[in-house]
Amino acid sequence: MAEKGKKIPRQAMPEQDPKVRAHNFDEVPYGYDEKLAQLEAQRCLQCKKPKCVEGCPVEVEIPQFIKFIVEGDFAAAARQLKNKNSLPAVCGRVCPQESQCENTCILGKKAEPVAIGRLERFAADYERNNNLVTIPEIASSTGKRVAVVGSGPASLTLAGDLIKKGHEVIIYEALHTPGGVLVYGIPEFRLPKAIVAAEVDYLQKMGVKIETDVVVGKTTTIDELLEDHDAVFLGVGAGLPLFLNLPGENLCGIYSANEYLTRSNLMKAYKFPEYDTPIALGKNVAVIGAGNVAMDSARTALRLGADTVKIVYRRSRAEMPARAEEVHHAEEEGVQFELLTNPVKFIGNEDGWVTGMECIRMELGEPDDSGRRRPIPIEGSNFTLECDTVIVALGTRANPLIPSTTPDLKLNKRGYIEADPETGATSKKGVYAGGDIVTGSATVILAMGAGRKAANAIHEYLMGSA
Amino acid sequence: MYKIVDKKVMAEGTVCQLEVEAARVARKAKPGQFIVLRIDEKGERIPLTMAKQDLEKGTLTIIFQVVGKTTAHLATLEPGDALIDVIGPLGMPTHIKKYDGPVICVGGGTGVAVLYPITRGYKEAGNEVIGIIGARTKDLLILEEEMKGVTDDLRITTDDGSYGHHGFVTDVLKQILEERDDVKMVVGIGPVPMMRFVCKTTEPFNVPTTVSLNPIMVDATGMCGACRVTVGGKTRFVCVDGPEFDGHQVDFDELTQRLRMYVEEEKKSYELFKQKNA
Repeated sequence: MAEKGKKIPRQAMPEQDPKVRAHNFDEVPYGYDEKLAQLEAQRCLQCKKPKCVEGCPVEVEIPQFIKFIVEGDFAAAARQLKNKNSLPAVCGRVCPQESQCENTCILGKKAEPVAIGRLERFAADYERNNNLVTIPEIASSTGKRVAVVGSGPASLTLAGDLIKKGHEVIIYEALHTPGGVLVYGIPEFRLPKAIVAAEVDYLQKMGVKIETDVVVGKTTTIDELLEDHDAVFLGVGAGLPLFLNLPGENLCGIYSANEYLTRSNLMKAYKFPEYDTPIALGKNVAVIGAGNVAMDSARTALRLGADTVKIVYRRSRAEMPARAEEVHHAEEEGVQFELLTNPVKFIGNEDGWVTGMECIRMELGEPDDSGRRRPIPIEGSNFTLECDTVIVALGTRANPLIPSTTPDLKLNKRGYIEADPETGATSKKGVYAGGDIVTGSATVILAMGAGRKAANAIHEYLMGSA
Repeated sequence: MYKIVDKKVMAEGTVCQLEVEAARVARKAKPGQFIVLRIDEKGERIPLTMAKQDLEKGTLTIIFQVVGKTTAHLATLEPGDALIDVIGPLGMPTHIKKYDGPVICVGGGTGVAVLYPITRGYKEAGNEVIGIIGARTKDLLILEEEMKGVTDDLRITTDDGSYGHHGFVTDVLKQILEERDDVKMVVGIGPVPMMRFVCKTTEPFNVPTTVSLNPIMVDATGMCGACRVTVGGKTRFVCVDGPEFDGHQVDFDELTQRLRMYVEEEKKSYELFKQKNA
């Protein structure tokens, strides 16, 4: 195999033509077929000490699952993946592999790394599409009950782990559909909702119960949950959108990315009027920020029929926090970039609708605390960017709903929950937390890693106190 | 699913009252809070206020006016039908306390449904409560008996003079404020123009005035910011910071404009619904 590894180039994943896909919500890549997957899998050197595994926050058994693909036992590959990663179809799509497993792949030193993410996606899709998903063995009941608050990636991972260990697991979700950011945040064209639903269904088949429409902090509280659960996990994400606090920001047509994406993804506003929830169909859309959420917003705006969509970012291309692949996809589809540009104020018409945004050009100065060069406004460079829809994608912070009703839950200065990075244990006995509500906005896989660690810690806590 | 157990049609069929099974929400609900509901899989999430709860039956009662597709659809539901989602209680409860002077509770249209539990709260806290409720015409007036039961003095107004004082709630409010200088608090809940005029009326008398806002919402848990309003120059989220605010600080112009953000889409949706159900 080592010999072949040198000859076979990294296999590209077929995808929809950019001109076509910019007008539909279907998934962008088609994924590998069996042939391509096996070809790519053969590139893996099957390292004895695999560096790729070290690069993975949940330590997926990468060489092993790839070996099964080489051998043509795709279902076994999927099962191997699920030993460590309960959401492989999701992670194969949205993980930043280029900075994790693929970044440490030995092949990457001289050529291109094995396309681990694409193989992961292939194996998981193969298993699901061919109805080969099997329910793993569940340990006999421990008689312990765990409440899981929120149903995003951290919670789903933790729920899967704890149910297998024989605990009763009940997920409480505030929205009407489980999945958290996977359903309200990440668009259909990047992560089809049917995949999330299949993952949730899998957990339910294992015995996880899900109660939607429960806003913890309102419908019930942590203390009330502790009355009839032995432990509580908080995987509620960082749900509060940041705004710029600039004049005119409450004009009609100005959205937080959270709102824009929730309308489109969760509420299916892109199918209005078949679905009841509307969304502004801007002709000229400005997206402020350059992270993955900004790219998702910009690409959604294109698909909703915008003539122009501009990413407005105060630093330069090199500092953009989005994955290179997302930027590349956005650019291919026609998203434009107004870099080194910062909004100063919003301009509206007599109906209160946004018509433009006064911006100022920026230049990069000395590095700041984040190590990135600090953007400095160029005096007198103000100009007006015409737009009828603005999406503010500057990130999120912690939602105070739960802390405000749980006074003994310790927070850090920024309002996130203080939790032990190894166990997720909070200042409150029996209460654990993980994911964005602890770290601030991060990735799906990091949240899953936190869910896994907390699951182990909760298991020990429950069995120790048995 | 949340089963509808009772229905009353009020005010010429334009206002409806539904009693819905939602024990979890009813158990926690306090005056001033609201719920979000969704009728079915393709439905939007709309905020509505609870008029009352029945803890024994585990139900809550909502009163709404038919103003668009979702409320029109809601009005076609009958006991035995069910809503796919009822979420709550949301928002902050009314800060109810005992004042050493009268509290005036002013309600217009279906705003009276929101006002009623708050009024009851003030009464139960031992306050002298004066109620003023109004509607366009007599048949549109709601909860008169209930309001009578929780006020010391209930005044009624109709725009067309078909019942009570011929004129607006603010006429009566102004008259009371001129007669009595011991009024400690005014609560005004109703359509945005009415709330604006209530605030304009109380301002020269320096009486603290609370309004309850009902902007467009999506998740209603602080996640999206659709409901943002400017209060005292600062952006607030009505869903988590409100729904009640100091009325003298609210930017009503902005609120009015933001409520009209989807006016075209709402019209289209409603027309399609009417065609389908014609």
